[in-house]
Amino acid sequence: MKIIINGIEAEVPAGVTVAAALAHAGHGATRRSLSGQPRQAFCGMGVCQECRVRIDGQPERLACMSLAVEGMLVETLA
Amino acid sequence: MTKHLQADAIVVGAGPAGIAAVSHLLPAGRSVIWVDNQPRPGGQIWRGAALPQVDTLRQHPRLSMLPGHAVVAAESPHELLLHDAAGQQTLRVRAPQLLLALGARERMLPFPGWTLPGVHGAGGLQALVKGGWPIAGRRVLLAGSGPLLLASAASLRAAGARLLGIYEQAPRGALARFAAGLPLGKMAQALGLGWRLRGLPYAPGCWPLRALGENKLEAVLLTDGQREWAEPCDALGVGFGLLPNTELAELLGCALQDGAIAVGAKLQTSLPGVFAAGECTGIGGVDKASLEGAMAAAAMLGQGLKPYARRHAGQLAFARRLASGFALRPELLQLADAKTLICRCEDVSLGALKAWPQWRDAKLQTRCGMGACQGRICGPITQTLLGWPEASGGRGTRAPLQPVPLRCLMDD
Repeated sequence: MKIIINGIEAEVPAGVTVAAALAHAGHGATRRSLSGQPRQAFCGMGVCQECRVRIDGQPERLACMSLAVEGMLVETLA
Repeated sequence: MTKHLQADAIVVGAGPAGIAAVSHLLPAGRSVIWVDNQPRPGGQIWRGAALPQVDTLRQHPRLSMLPGHAVVAAESPHELLLHDAAGQQTLRVRAPQLLLALGARERMLPFPGWTLPGVHGAGGLQALVKGGWPIAGRRVLLAGSGPLLLASAASLRAAGARLLGIYEQAPRGALARFAAGLPLGKMAQALGLGWRLRGLPYAPGCWPLRALGENKLEAVLLTDGQREWAEPCDALGVGFGLLPNTELAELLGCALQDGAIAVGAKLQTSLPGVFAAGECTGIGGVDKASLEGAMAAAAMLGQGLKPYARRHAGQLAFARRLASGFALRPELLQLADAKTLICRCEDVSLGALKAWPQWRDAKLQTRCGMGACQGRICGPITQTLLGWPEASGGRGTRAPLQPVPLRCLMDD
């Protein structure tokens, strides 16, 4: 299926989480830390908040806890 | 618009303990509101597994199942405020009885490079892979401690990862004593995994020193206490055992004991009408969790718990053996240097924290623990490395328990 990551269409497997979809599309980071370091999903279960991205215009959504759906707009902060 | 729901019982958590409890409460005539923050039931251990038992429960007319919902605040133990992951809906749920089946998370210990992309929790990487994370053909190392390293290895291997090895910090002698004392059922479990993991290097008495790489992980520096060597890899799964999830219990005011929710013989917490079951009452594995879920439900129904007593004692003994078999070596508390970040949300280093004697000062001076994860990662670390108290009065647990849009907290 197709989702849109940072304005660019990406083909990702159906049924995966947004975190997995980002990794499939080659995004090595979901956000930049306060001091500018790249960060990526770490705990995989909604604890660490490292994977937070904007989904369909909503800020601070956890990519590891959200399922990717056709046409979803994802914006990373990396 | 806030929606209101009322039932006989609220169960928070849809892992083994929650599933067992709901399976008992519904047939006994109780109505149940079942909350879980993951999009699919199963908890961590049964993430992605087929759960026909739960599919049957879902159809039950007396069940309101709320996957993808998090408890963000509480008026009292009998009135919780929830919001859904999409931030679209706020729910107020009420019930005279509450069961906390909150599960556990991984114990993380910081070392230089642990914040690099490519470094994940060991269970974290397993969870990500179960969610479709691409791992086929990639070189993966697992390090840290505990049976979760083996379970994670089995999942990663099944997903096509090139597993380079499992590095378990516990010494060989402690592991041998642990394995020798296993009851037959657990032994079979371990052997089943052993068969699936055949040919994989499992190295006891080894631990990671640092993750190497500029903007992403390139290699891990390992040691066996004598020598050090670098192992090039694409991903590292690292975790040092499990920690009970206690935040909601702390918010409600339940007493804690040894970092877990304190429960009596009937799995009741220190608050009337509030029960707890599974890993959040102490780490003991899936069998203990399922059993305690059933026990808590029986207690909530006013039934006797005698039929469970002997099995439960056995599970608690296993929990103790687990804790001693995989006790953490002191060297692990020396891995972080002054520059190593302890608080990942606010980028606070160990050096910046060492000046402060307790949470309150550290929060005021460094913002440690005040980021999006609300101290869930750095809280246990500061307790372990700096001796700061972890429970309420230390870090302080406050609503909202998860970052939420402000409108979630506005009553209508």
